Amino acid sequence: MRRVYLDHAATTPVHPEVVEVMRHYMLQDWGNPSSIHSFGREARAGVDEARAKVAALIGADPEEIVFTGGGTEADNMAIKGTAWELRNKGDHIITSAVEHHAVLHTVEWLEKQGFRATYLPVDEYGMVDPGDVERAITSSTILVSIMAANNEVGTVQPVAEIARICREKGVRFHTDAVQAVGQLPIDVHALGVDLLSLSAHKIYGPKGVGVLYVRRGVRLTPLLHGGAHERKRRAGTEGVPGIVGLGKAAELARLQFDQRVEHYRRVRDLLWERIRERVPEVRLNGHPTERLPNNLNLSVLYVEGESMLLNLDMKGIAASSGSACTSGSLEPSHVLLAMGIPHEVAHGSLRMTVGVSTTEEDTAYVGESLGEIVDRLRAMSPLWNARVR
Amino acid sequence: MYSQKVMEHFTNPRNVGEIPDPDGVGTVGNPVCGDLMKITIRVKDNRIEDIKFLTFGCGAAIATSSMVTELVKGKTLEEAMQVTNRAVAEALDGLPPIKMHCSNLAADALHEAIKDYLSRNDGRKAAGETYEGAPGDREVDERGGGSR
Ligand SMILES: Cc1ncc(COP(=O)(O)O)c(C=O)c1O
Ligand code: FES
Repeated sequence: MRRVYLDHAATTPVHPEVVEVMRHYMLQDWGNPSSIHSFGREARAGVDEARAKVAALIGADPEEIVFTGGGTEADNMAIKGTAWELRNKGDHIITSAVEHHAVLHTVEWLEKQGFRATYLPVDEYGMVDPGDVERAITSSTILVSIMAANNEVGTVQPVAEIARICREKGVRFHTDAVQAVGQLPIDVHALGVDLLSLSAHKIYGPKGVGVLYVRRGVRLTPLLHGGAHERKRRAGTEGVPGIVGLGKAAELARLQFDQRVEHYRRVRDLLWERIRERVPEVRLNGHPTERLPNNLNLSVLYVEGESMLLNLDMKGIAASSGSACTSGSLEPSHVLLAMGIPHEVAHGSLRMTVGVSTTEEDTAYVGESLGEIVDRLRAMSPLWNARVR
Repeated sequence: MYSQKVMEHFTNPRNVGEIPDPDGVGTVGNPVCGDLMKITIRVKDNRIEDIKFLTFGCGAAIATSSMVTELVKGKTLEEAMQVTNRAVAEALDGLPPIKMHCSNLAADALHEAIKDYLSRNDGRKAAGETYEGAPGDREVDERGGGSR
């Protein structure tokens, strides 16, 4: 059976060149980078090289790169690290209603510790208004955290403008760029951010490794205490295979940036076309233009997301949904709700995220398969039957 | 996450559709996640001669709808009224804990359809009041799991 993976926002396959490098640092240069002997020095060289490659991808200096155990840890480090570091200066944090749970649940936890938080609303496309950020900042605000691009609907936030406002007001700014890296040109200086999170497994690297970019001069209280690793910012023997894998993935993401983005956009647009041709009454969720090139998020009216996902899976197609029935909490996606999308429309939402291996034939197969599935489910839907009567 | 039986009913649901001019109609919404189910029945000699369903919901909701129609087709109204949510779930070899609430929908829609039939047939209305299903057998929400 044909298999089509359209869930690259969840994770990506590891690039063979990345696997090669990781293999080398497990079988050959497997030393502890902190050791002074040759075994240690070889491993240290690998970590340094990876640091330089990640720095090059985002326009940072290598010393500003802190390796973490993934995007979630980078977000936690940025937010909790700032909260503890600046708690004598203020107690107010600003974020948005559509952040990833790695940010939202971290801020909610800090509220339980006595901090105060503002969750900015978004418009119907999922976009934050920089004017809202400006108005929300008070003399006790210590951090603003707004994602660069949304993982569900792909909406790209006006991060540079928000960063400029924060700089003017003297407030630290963090952005979760986990989905944006590799898809948008990310330069920390052009954006003007103080802290930026990224994750390897979204850019054809391994799982469980990420980076927090920390602008020179920005101090954070560490989450982990122990050895003097990562300039005392993150204790623990470096996960060398993961780190060198991320380094290679970052290098490939930089070198292949233009061709990848062009490919994503082309197949994503084709996919949307094929679906619209075949399925009546579908709507796009998110911004029509200001969105990640690989992201398609749509709602099929009068059917439910999980039943579509199960049927797609039976046809070898992998996607995801923001339907209440697919979430552990039985609530629809907080992102779709924050955009004001009605419960029943969120119910029929599907996220399809393309990748380097997605082909034009895949888009035709998915369009036709989804069409058959929706026809069948609609014939079974009391809402559709009431509507067509 | 679903049993083979659930997937089998989900893939090939029995008794999909709507009976024209039915003898009883039951429509219920799921307060937990917002799904919807409609069951129509044809009654003859106190038996469910025919039954069809329409469901807007997850895999478990569709499978339980299909199963409940299969369980009660040909049964007397009294027998059908005794079919519980738990019985439907068990007939499907169980449901994941977070999906147990979906089985409420199927049995409730069935019971609503039967009550509708009884209330349309005045003389038997009194009997309807004795058919209260199996009390205290509703599934409570079991929430859990994480986000992706
Ligand atoms: C926007 C965003 N932030 C954070 C994360 C978490 O990253 P990780 O899976 O590396 O912990 C993800 C991935 O799911 C994401 O999409
Ligand atoms: S009907 Fe929504 S979870 Fe089953």
